[in-house]
Amino acid sequence: MHEMGICDGILTAAVQAATSAGASRISRIEVSIGELTEVMDDALRFAFDALRRGTMAEEAVLAVNYLEARSQCTECGSEFRHDRFDPKCPECGSYVITLVQGRELRIDAIDAE
Amino acid sequence: MRIDIAKDVLEHNDALAEQNRRRFAEAGVFVVDLMASPGAGKTTTILATIAALRDRYRIAVIEGDIASRVDAEKIAEHGIPAVQINTGGACHLESAMIQRAVDHLDLDALDLVIVENVGNLVCPTEFDLGEHAKVMILSVPEGHDKPYKYPGIFEISEAVILNKYDTLAVFDFDEAEFRSVVGRLNPRAPIFPMSAKTGEGVAAWADWLAARIEAVKEGRDDA
Repeated sequence: MHEMGICDGILTAAVQAATSAGASRISRIEVSIGELTEVMDDALRFAFDALRRGTMAEEAVLAVNYLEARSQCTECGSEFRHDRFDPKCPECGSYVITLVQGRELRIDAIDAE
Repeated sequence: MRIDIAKDVLEHNDALAEQNRRRFAEAGVFVVDLMASPGAGKTTTILATIAALRDRYRIAVIEGDIASRVDAEKIAEHGIPAVQINTGGACHLESAMIQRAVDHLDLDALDLVIVENVGNLVCPTEFDLGEHAKVMILSVPEGHDKPYKYPGIFEISEAVILNKYDTLAVFDFDEAEFRSVVGRLNPRAPIFPMSAKTGEGVAAWADWLAARIEAVKEGRDDA
């Protein structure tokens, strides 16, 4: 259940941003989560449901944008999608790659009033 | 109104981890975070590591558990400073907990701090504690298929200890398969087969750790 800690981070950031903008109610929270982070959607929503109570995000919708794993080949420069067990460049066969997307845990934006 | 944030969700944890990292660097102390399932032999591995390195280095241990002081007491019996963190239900350690635990240690009088994370193969992977290295322990009875099921922890570990190696003959553990999957997930991580209980293989792990401790003491390792 690391989703609890992640949700706590989401709510803390959202409430901080809303407060400093002078808002008192959050209606929507948008986050991006990379598929390599092993976040379970069910667990995330369960945690969100529990933690938002009593906060200004009590009635907020959590919109999650899941991001696939993508890497760039260090040898030939091509960018490709891969699963975690076979991060091999489809163009030149190299395993020397740099991850460009897939480990995100990011709060993008909120709607507040 | 719409407010753009574009911030890392774990920013608060990462910021405190950075403070921890600076503190460890200033004191020249190497900090390793040991992660494993419950029962994989984390505490026994720590005791074996202490036995191998205590003549050369000044060591302390931070024990993370959901509840109880059992592990810290076990370590303290060996004359090693031990701080127990009870997470009160949380399944992993966070940098704020380490910050509070470190306040109970005299970092300048230490070379190595071993952190025992909460027994769990998923949650500790996302949380930077400010440590120099995360290392995971898999025990033979857990099975060689664990890297397929919990790839994240194998990806972020700088070394993998294969513990309870003395039981290899009893369990259906395919070591070649295990090495091949771990190698694909994390080609750089060395694998140390060992038995923390019998002491077999502990020397190779202790040598790896000693090299990292020396690097920090000489200011070469600021990872």
